[in-house]
Formats: sequence, structure tokens, C-alpha cells
Amino acid sequence: MSEVQTGGGDKGKGGKPKAKKMSTHIDMTPMVDLAFLLLTFFMLTTTFSKPKTMEIAMPEKPKDNTDVPQVNEKKVLNLVLAENNRIFAYVGLKPTEDVVEELNYSENSLRKKLFERLRGDSGSMVLIKADDKASYANVVSLFDEMNITKQKRYALIDINDDEKKLLKEKTGTN
Amino acid sequence: MPHIKPKRNNPRLDMTPLVDLAFLLVTFFMLTTQFRPEEVVSVDMPSSTANIPLPDRNVVMLTVAKDGRIFMDLDGQKERAALLKRMGEEYKVSLTDAETALFGNLASWGVPMSSIKAYLNTPQSERKKFPQPGIPSDSSNNELSKWVLNARLVNPKVRLAIKGDRETPYEKVKKVIQTIQDKPMVNRFNLITNLKEK
Repeated sequence: MSEVQTGGGDKGKGGKPKAKKMSTHIDMTPMVDLAFLLLTFFMLTTTFSKPKTMEIAMPEKPKDNTDVPQVNEKKVLNLVLAENNRIFAYVGLKPTEDVVEELNYSENSLRKKLFERLRGDSGSMVLIKADDKASYANVVSLFDEMNITKQKRYALIDINDDEKKLLKEKTGTN
Repeated sequence: MPHIKPKRNNPRLDMTPLVDLAFLLVTFFMLTTQFRPEEVVSVDMPSSTANIPLPDRNVVMLTVAKDGRIFMDLDGQKERAALLKRMGEEYKVSLTDAETALFGNLASWGVPMSSIKAYLNTPQSERKKFPQPGIPSDSSNNELSKWVLNARLVNPKVRLAIKGDRETPYEKVKKVIQTIQDKPMVNRFNLITNLKEK
């Protein structure tokens, strides 16, 4: 690669002193330095892991003159997210003391419950209601659970007054 | 006393393969690299099992920091410049072409329209220290809604992505979701997460 063709024109003249052959070795060390410098730069500035995303479709805001679709209340599982990673679950319309159950984010609490709901009822539905003090991570992990358990119908909706009262009782006294 | 000189071997190594290798890697990184976008505020994203990659183009990114400040980002220099121009007209902030062009090259922003001119005229070295209180999203002055609305007018293909910190109170995220559901009437959006290791 780095050989240099010398001579060519002086074949016949034997007595001519030969030009001193220069070494064709090039010191590559600075080039290696440079190459590795660039390499380090690109390695450090590059982003390999692309952020992932989950798609969320929010329920459309009902227009004033349309009827809100009626759902069988027994098929609705309400999950109320509270601060400090607490979840309160109940089925039905009102969170009365005897139906509310506290869950956590572990695999055999929330996920078990979700699978149970799905198995028991074909038209089951999950409503996620996050309190203002719940963290964003809670909401994301709830959506993630919905994906993992392959819930067909779920929605993120606003918390109502009954549930707010429930949270006050539960988190205030405990 | 005569010393016996050990025969010195020339310690020179042939560096050529090393150079070949190094440049191969350099080329690889140069071609695959995507520069990490400059972050105005650091956000620790929650992780999930979702594995749809976020598209590179046509994304409006709404970052909700831990303290609830909202930052916005839109890709594409021309789109950003056009967006700022529209916003300037709407809020009666006169901006020169140079200023909108500069805006096209900046990172995500979180300044109200009233101080955007001052923000753009801050010298580059100082710009990082410019106080960014976040885009206002109160009901009295909802600039976020206008930003998103105009971004959709500038680039109709745009998708909305929300990037929240793990510890952001849901209240702040809810405000963003309500805003974009209310005014530009977007019901479909993306939540950006990290991939959870199993």
C-alpha cells in the first residue's frame, strides 16, 4: 500500500550511485490517536436506546346533546390511584366501605385482579382515576398493566367527589 | 570493562491494522450517530413494557418536569421558525427573521411569550442560565394550547408526545392532557417511557 516506486529511468547506467532508499514506514501512532479520539467522541455523543412510547387514546369529550353510553355497573372496575403508590379498587358505582379493596403494584395483587376480571366477564371495563397527588409513574405503570393483561376497554378519567372522600378517609386516618 | 550489549530489537509495531480498525469504527459511529438533543431540564422517565419506538420526525414533545414546568419541542428548523412566527403574530411580539431562524436551531423551550424575545437575544453562553418558568397553561393565559394548535397548523402530520418525570404529580400531567384535549382537540397521543428490563 505504501510502497513507492523508485527508479525506472536509470536501468542502463550502471555506474550511477543509487539514490538512498528511504524507509517507507510511516509512523502511524498520531493517526491512531486521532482515530481513537474521534471514536471516543462519537461513542459518547451517540444515543443508541431510542425512547419508547405507548399510545394513548383518551375518551372523547361528550358533546352536550349526545347520550352518554350506559354501562353495566357490575362490569366496571374502578382503580383509584393515590399518593405513595397506593391503589384502591372497587366494582360498581359508589366506593362504599365494604367494596373497596386496597391493591399494590406487585404482580400478584393488581395483575391478578385484572386477570380475574378479564376471565370472569367478557365485557369488563377498567376505569383509571388518578388523584392529583399520584405520580406520573403510577399512571404509566397502570397503562402498562392494561397492556400486559390485554384489557380491551379501559380509560383514564377524572376522579369524582365520592372517591376523593374515600381517599381522604383512607389516607388521612391511616 | 566491556559491556555485552544486548541486541536491541526495533520495538516498532505496525499500526496499520489498528488504524484500519479505528477508522472503521469511527465511520460506523459517524453514520449511525444521532446527537443527543440538548436537555434544558433533566427528566427521569418512567419505564414500561411498551416497545413502539418514538418516530424521529413530526413530533411535538411536551416535557413535564418534576416541578410541573412545561417545555415544548418540535423537530424541523423550518417548522419551528414558522411556528414562532405565527405565535409572534398572535401575541403581538415583533420578531425579526434572524430571531425566528435562531429559534429554529435551539433546544426545547419553556418561556412565556412575553419573555421569548429576551430569551432569544441572550448571548449563547448565557442562554442556559436564562430562567425558564415553563410554558403557561393556566386558564387565564393558556399559551400551551396556542403553541400546540399552531404547531399542528404548521405541520399537520405532527403527533403529540408527553414526556413526564417519574415523580411529576399527576395533577400537572392532567393539566397538559386536559389542555390538548380541550383546544386542539387531540385525543390520541403518546407517552414516552423507557424500556423496562425484565
